[in-house]
Amino acid sequence: MSREPPPGEEEAPGGGGGDGTARGRAGEGGCYLALCARPVHFEKANPVNCVFFDEANKQVFAVRSGGATGVVVKGLEDRNPISFRMEDKGEVKCIKFSLGNKILAVQRTLKSVEFLNFIPDSPQLEYTQECKVSKCPKLMWLGETLMLVLPEKRSLKLLKNQSINVNWYMYCPESSVILLSTTVLGNVLQPFYFKSGTMSKLSKFEIELPAAPKSSKLSLSERDIAMATIYGQLYVLYLRHHSRTSNSTGAEVVLYHLPREGSCKKTHILKLNRTGKFALNVVDNLVVVHHQDTETSVIFDIKLKGEFDGSATIHQFVLPPRSIQPYQMPVAGPASVTSQSPVPCKLYSSSWIVFQPDIIISASEGYLWSLQVKLEPVVNLLLDKGKLMDFLLQRKECKMVILSVCSQMLSEPERGSLSVIATVFDKLNHEYKKYLEAEQSYTMVVEAGLSRSNPLLKRPVRTQAVIDQSDMYTHVLSVFTEKKEAPHKFTIAVLMEYIRSLNQFQIAVQHYLYELVVKTLVQHNLFYMLHQFLQYHVLSDSKPLACLLLSLESIYPPAHQLSLDMLKRLSTANDEIVEVLLSKHQVLAALRFIRGIGGHDSISARKFLDAAKQAEDDMLFYTIFRFFEQRNQRLRGNPSFTPGEHCEEHVTFFKQVFGEQALMKPTTF
Amino acid sequence: MATAAVGGAGQEKQLAPTLLSFFIYNPKLGPKEGEEEKKILFYHPNEVEKNEKIRNVGLCEAIVQFTRTFSPTKPAKSLHTQKNRQFFHEPEENFWMVMVVRNPIIEKHKDGKPVYEYQEEELLDKVYSSVLQQCYSMYKLFNGTFLKAMEDGGVKVLKERLEKFFHRYLQTLHLQSCDLLDVFCGISFFPLDKMTYLKIQSFINRMEESLNIVKYTAFLYNDQLIWSGLEQDDMRILYKYLTTSLFPRHMEPELAGRDSPIRAEMPGNLQHYGRFLTGPLNLNDPEAKCRFPKIFVNTDDTYEELHLIVYKAMSAAVCFMIDASIPPTLEFCRKLDSIVGPQLTVLASDICEQYNINKRISGAEKEPQFKFIYFNHMNLAEKSTIHMRKTPSVSLASVHPDLMKILGDINSDFSR
Repeated sequence: MSREPPPGEEEAPGGGGGDGTARGRAGEGGCYLALCARPVHFEKANPVNCVFFDEANKQVFAVRSGGATGVVVKGLEDRNPISFRMEDKGEVKCIKFSLGNKILAVQRTLKSVEFLNFIPDSPQLEYTQECKVSKCPKLMWLGETLMLVLPEKRSLKLLKNQSINVNWYMYCPESSVILLSTTVLGNVLQPFYFKSGTMSKLSKFEIELPAAPKSSKLSLSERDIAMATIYGQLYVLYLRHHSRTSNSTGAEVVLYHLPREGSCKKTHILKLNRTGKFALNVVDNLVVVHHQDTETSVIFDIKLKGEFDGSATIHQFVLPPRSIQPYQMPVAGPASVTSQSPVPCKLYSSSWIVFQPDIIISASEGYLWSLQVKLEPVVNLLLDKGKLMDFLLQRKECKMVILSVCSQMLSEPERGSLSVIATVFDKLNHEYKKYLEAEQSYTMVVEAGLSRSNPLLKRPVRTQAVIDQSDMYTHVLSVFTEKKEAPHKFTIAVLMEYIRSLNQFQIAVQHYLYELVVKTLVQHNLFYMLHQFLQYHVLSDSKPLACLLLSLESIYPPAHQLSLDMLKRLSTANDEIVEVLLSKHQVLAALRFIRGIGGHDSISARKFLDAAKQAEDDMLFYTIFRFFEQRNQRLRGNPSFTPGEHCEEHVTFFKQVFGEQALMKPTTF
Repeated sequence: MATAAVGGAGQEKQLAPTLLSFFIYNPKLGPKEGEEEKKILFYHPNEVEKNEKIRNVGLCEAIVQFTRTFSPTKPAKSLHTQKNRQFFHEPEENFWMVMVVRNPIIEKHKDGKPVYEYQEEELLDKVYSSVLQQCYSMYKLFNGTFLKAMEDGGVKVLKERLEKFFHRYLQTLHLQSCDLLDVFCGISFFPLDKMTYLKIQSFINRMEESLNIVKYTAFLYNDQLIWSGLEQDDMRILYKYLTTSLFPRHMEPELAGRDSPIRAEMPGNLQHYGRFLTGPLNLNDPEAKCRFPKIFVNTDDTYEELHLIVYKAMSAAVCFMIDASIPPTLEFCRKLDSIVGPQLTVLASDICEQYNINKRISGAEKEPQFKFIYFNHMNLAEKSTIHMRKTPSVSLASVHPDLMKILGDINSDFSR
């Protein structure tokens, strides 16, 4: 297993490899790394079949008999392999597609590169051009532009010529940055950045070597350097081997942050605490370090807290070392008609080749995998729930795992303490709030019409780490309260803790959470608690909550008044208040209320008279009737009701009870 | 409230209302003639001659019986006479409590001789009826019901408990300073923003989790309630006990500068201001007694007996109530101190800070514009800008006693 194939050796070594046993530490359980389930399977390398891997397009080329009997190109993303034939004009040394599979570059001799226009679904390739170069170029596609690196001249040639003495170079297609090793020791790295055909020189930097080398020979090998984008930033990863002279406890990976502008700085040190052969991958913003001797891997997350030594942050691995999950190779081909059981794949085989960021190729088996991080096993390996959340929140596919961790910590047998639960809620809401704020400021800019002047402005992406109230309600809290496993004290404490956390991050609490609290309290007859929560406005005012309270009146009478008070505070629920009062036959109170807010000239007389009649209180009816007579007088100069008011039956009733003479006489001026 | 206010002309002197007698009886205990003494469970003052005791009890019994013929469900609650007023209360079936209060007197001098003028209409029935009811509630809080005592050990035990409790309690009645607030027997709530309130909630929940034997918790700041895990009626009387008895008792040494609460003597322990108001005084003393007052709550249904642990840091006080069947050990007290102390200290300063911010915003430092007494019968919330400070012995009402009386009259008119 090598860190990276040396230049010109991209052809995977054929044969060798797996002894067919999956050793490793799979038995211990909790394998958090796995090879992808749908790998790219290609024909193993053999004397007639040459295999090439192109890092830029993540494609495997299987070239049979120099292309005459077929070239098969397979990638992880493109599920349909591209196959074509080309004339066998000699041994292929290197073969690569441009981005988008439009132009194929084939290098057969040390001095020339052929270009072919590739047309899909056409069996034959159209030859266009042949480019003669001096000697032994190296191919590198930069979009539609080809770059040739001429090791002979130790220089690099594009449209523009840069002459630098180069020991070796490395290209990161993701970031379009090339890294050149210069100086005698090779530890001064010169990065270049390519963008739309132009090349810009970034400031060079020096890699600190573990010990002062005795001789002036190349001391920094290409094998110990990798480039990868971690959390959106480009890093140069340097595998610093254990040196006996330094008192380090083992090898370490040193991360140099390489910004587009400014200088490259050493920022992180990942402690491996072991020695031997290592290989690096970067998956889901995690640095994965494979160790061949123990057949285990460890992962590092540079966003987790580390110890700062004055210049860089020192990280220990997040989880105990584990093997990659055992992988069963399906027995393919027509030979397997007799249903043979799948063969376990030899992990950490010496025939493995690792590419950035997450590619593992087994040339001997003919597989290309992408490495994956599995989050479920992490839950049982990281017992500190706060740290676990910090870890999970940075992962791409974290949502369901986080929600299951939340559910788990609320129920037996692994019920967490309230302070742990509080910590978890705070971490989730911190992330949630960050998103809400980004969303809000985006909306503000858009609304202000400033979006055009700021082309960099993008709608914030909602990652899986944004766990909102609805997620928590649906997947965790409502399930938890319904199960009724936990003592009600705990249930209420958890709900209050979540509400506290939301408030702490100034996130408006959704009504359904309050409803959950109210329901739980009501189920356990804890009305006084409910009352106290309302008193301190912990359960914020809303119409739905007021209605919920209203429905509780029969079991807790004060809920009626609490509800009315809430409606009054809302000041948008005046109609509801009147309805509530009328339904309780509190007709006078309703009338006073509507007069208080100045709405008494437009209310329906019939509605109030109906309610007064239903109250079966003659004096009340009299008062209400008189009120409306006076209103009629004031508004129209006549106390009688208009036909449109539909109060005929009330007038009749009034006359019945109090007599005709009790009707108000029209005042004449 | 009318304490020795010296009148203007004619050298008038006002004598405040005082407690003349207080007794508890059960007519079923001595139904036969000649056994009347058996009915009497408690009599204050005890020096009164036996026959007079029997006579007074008999009179009350007769009045109650007589008025019952007019209103079977609501017999007489008070009896007005020229010199005094009697209040009757039947808290448990057949158990009667009677309190006799002497009307206030104006002492005048006529021809060099003192003349006493009883002010018959001065006392408010509702105020003193409430005082009498509170006497029972307070007894029940610390002793349980009368019936429970009878079940525990018959009349003998009940008499002992009554004697032990009321002997001291009656001395603290201060009838002269009773007013409308006693009618409400409300709870003053501490005004607080939502976030700080939620923090307190979180604190309480965590404490109840760590000290898992805690059944109920109550949280107070500045003698005002913030949270009660107890039901309303139990909290109401516990609140009264805390604010009129326990806290004032501990306030004085603090004000005097004795018993400096800061304790740095525990090495490795976070410095904090926490201390026990009930229970052990010194946790470092291995002989320290971990005895806490027992209280009885939910006497209508579950009838729970609890130890009352009151722990205070600065102005924040927490009552932890634990089941009486689990005696709190010194170890438990130390644990409580080490967990609660530091957190409560931080929380208390948080509350104080928040309170000061709110006060500045709302401009509450100014003299209140309106004088009012607020009472919400649903949550028993009470607030008064009339009372500067209500201590057990003095009620510092900032309005004239006549006005207080009018307010009392209005209140009883409305609640009739």
